[in-house]
Amino acid sequence: MTEMNRERLDLNTDVITVNMGPQHPSTHGVLRVVLKLDGEVVLSAVPDVGYLHRGIEKIAENKTLHQVIPYTDRMDYLSPMSNNIGLAMAVEKLIGFQITERCRVMRVICMELARLSSHLLWLATDALDVGAGTVYFYAFTEREKIYDLFERMSGARFTVSYGRIGGLARDWPEGLEREIETYVAQAHKTIDECDKLLTRNKIWIDRNQDVGVISAEKAIDMGLSGPPLRACGVEWDLRKAYPYLGYERYDFEIPVGEHGDCYDRYLVRMEEMRQSIRIVQQALKEMDRSIPLFPEDPESRKVFLPPKDRVLTKMEELIHQFIVATEGPKTPKGKEIYFAIEAPKGELGFYLVGSGTNVAHRCHFRAPSYINLQALPILLKGAMVADCVATIASLDPVMGECDR
Amino acid sequence: MNAYWPIVVPALVKIVVILGIVLTGVAYTTLAERKVSAWMQDRRGPNRVGPFGLLQPVADGMKFFFKEDITPREAYRPLYLLAPFLTLFPALITFAVIPFGTQISVGGQTYPLIIAPGMDVGVIFLLAVSSIGVYGILLAGWSSGNKYSLMGGLRSASQVISYELGIALAVMSVVLWTGSFDFRRIVEDQAGWGHFWFVGPQFLAFIVFTVAVFAETNRLPFDLPEGESELVAGYHTEYSGLRFAMFFMGEYANMITASAFVVLLFLGGWNLPFVNYAWFGPLWGGLLSAVVFFAKVAVLLFVFIWVRWTLPRFRYDQLMSLGWKRLFPLALLNLVLISTLLVLRGHP
Repeated sequence: MTEMNRERLDLNTDVITVNMGPQHPSTHGVLRVVLKLDGEVVLSAVPDVGYLHRGIEKIAENKTLHQVIPYTDRMDYLSPMSNNIGLAMAVEKLIGFQITERCRVMRVICMELARLSSHLLWLATDALDVGAGTVYFYAFTEREKIYDLFERMSGARFTVSYGRIGGLARDWPEGLEREIETYVAQAHKTIDECDKLLTRNKIWIDRNQDVGVISAEKAIDMGLSGPPLRACGVEWDLRKAYPYLGYERYDFEIPVGEHGDCYDRYLVRMEEMRQSIRIVQQALKEMDRSIPLFPEDPESRKVFLPPKDRVLTKMEELIHQFIVATEGPKTPKGKEIYFAIEAPKGELGFYLVGSGTNVAHRCHFRAPSYINLQALPILLKGAMVADCVATIASLDPVMGECDR
Repeated sequence: MNAYWPIVVPALVKIVVILGIVLTGVAYTTLAERKVSAWMQDRRGPNRVGPFGLLQPVADGMKFFFKEDITPREAYRPLYLLAPFLTLFPALITFAVIPFGTQISVGGQTYPLIIAPGMDVGVIFLLAVSSIGVYGILLAGWSSGNKYSLMGGLRSASQVISYELGIALAVMSVVLWTGSFDFRRIVEDQAGWGHFWFVGPQFLAFIVFTVAVFAETNRLPFDLPEGESELVAGYHTEYSGLRFAMFFMGEYANMITASAFVVLLFLGGWNLPFVNYAWFGPLWGGLLSAVVFFAKVAVLLFVFIWVRWTLPRFRYDQLMSLGWKRLFPLALLNLVLISTLLVLRGHP
């Protein structure tokens, strides 16, 4: 309706400002989006973050590097495995440490399981936000099985704190490989079931296609990474681009979309789950219990905690335990590194500057959720109110990581 | 004075019985919703209160009763307090014109199984009264003084325009077919040899009507006024305690009305193929017909629940285009087809 018509009809229309969040069921935690609405149409959307800010980076600059590990659990709390191990790998890069072959394989399996569990939770919440409540429970039930495996590894289900500088917190219990194998052999069933319920569902397509669109150039400009970037057709995955943990040895594909809308982000993540299963299956074949989890040379053993049973019986191990627990590895003075992994949400980067002591001089985490949320104003311009929740869900932000 | 008793007493008895059945039905539909959704989602559902959780609705009701009734400071009090009644009462009043069986003969007297037997424009009455419920939603949304509620109310108002046309046109084609606004006539036309349940000859109308009825009852995939994920809880975001319970009961009572409406218009009412209730005698035949009717309603209620836990939600503009671009033309086309057919057949 033109302005003139409006005046003639004497219709008083106002733009209303709606505060979506931080207490809103569908903003995935404490994200606040200030929406300016003309009826149901979004004129502008401004994300406001920081409600879950706990100063993790600053805390990390005041703790020994081992002590930082539990804090990383609370960043992307839906895939703590990738955060823990990512931090451990960044520190290893800083101090120049070589992990063993078995540790590498175990880390790959942990990180891919973390990706699977994170994507399952995304699937659950995305479907719930678009109104399909049942998919939520199917995906959650499946995720619980992965948490069972995490529990067997680390003793915790949610905040696992499993990564350690130089290795992992503890060795896998006997027979866990077989359990993981049985799990991944049937993991595709739930994915296929949700696929059947949603992918070709007319309502689902209507709600997701051409919603929250971003072009590839714009996405790169905004620094998007992970599935939101790949959905635009950019084949960028750190596991292929800058392989770490020997990802180059595994046979897997990077799914890419072409339209950069919610539907493509959905398809990309669904395919990523299947690829993760493939990687886990390949990695399990490489698992060799005869290789030790930690390197045996005396210099390396000053980095990580010695096995508990030896601590209580041997003098040197007790001393090691004491030194590692109280001091931890020393960081080279002035050396700065940036190390990034392909976390489930996107590029999770660690920037560390050594200080010459056991505490990092500067510590910064590149949180993919934070940077992906930048694109929200572009994605939501001209959308309907209902598209907001679908778009936010398809970006899959975790506010713990975003606000840190 | 004495002349009124034979009319008033049976009517009162029927009101009490029907209200009892409907309110119990409402309570147990909420339980069924939770149980069925639990089965669909590999959960157990409520099973703590009473055997198999059968007393859960009682516990829920008690909880609502003891919850604080909150009125937000920004709310416009008179309408805010009135709105829940406007939703629940029309939903209950509609049962006055819904026949739920043939008739019962006791002691030489014949009682038709309907609260208001004289009403020969039941269809119009039901359409009119059930639309009042929307005012409750609209006013609740407006008077809550909450932006999410307001949007829920607005959605409801625009939704009602887009689907009620479909409903009315679908009903009209049935009315044309039978030539009566009386539910009993409509049901009787679906009984006996050579007659079919109208779901056959009126298939298009059946489809339009059923889809529109999902929108009328604010059920997924059309639960936009509530729009849980985007509008928090839509029009009843601010309500609590018994007033919220009234909206809740209104929704389920509307589902029962809607199911009864579909059963009466398209699924043969209380008729079963090859069954004549006269075989069972005047009392048992009547009771059996009522049981069959409520069984059909229950099946439709299950469909409501089934759909809710299977499909995602439509977006506001998509519902509009569905209502105006699909349902409305389809219903119109059906009306034209039916009229042409009737003229060709030489219907009076």
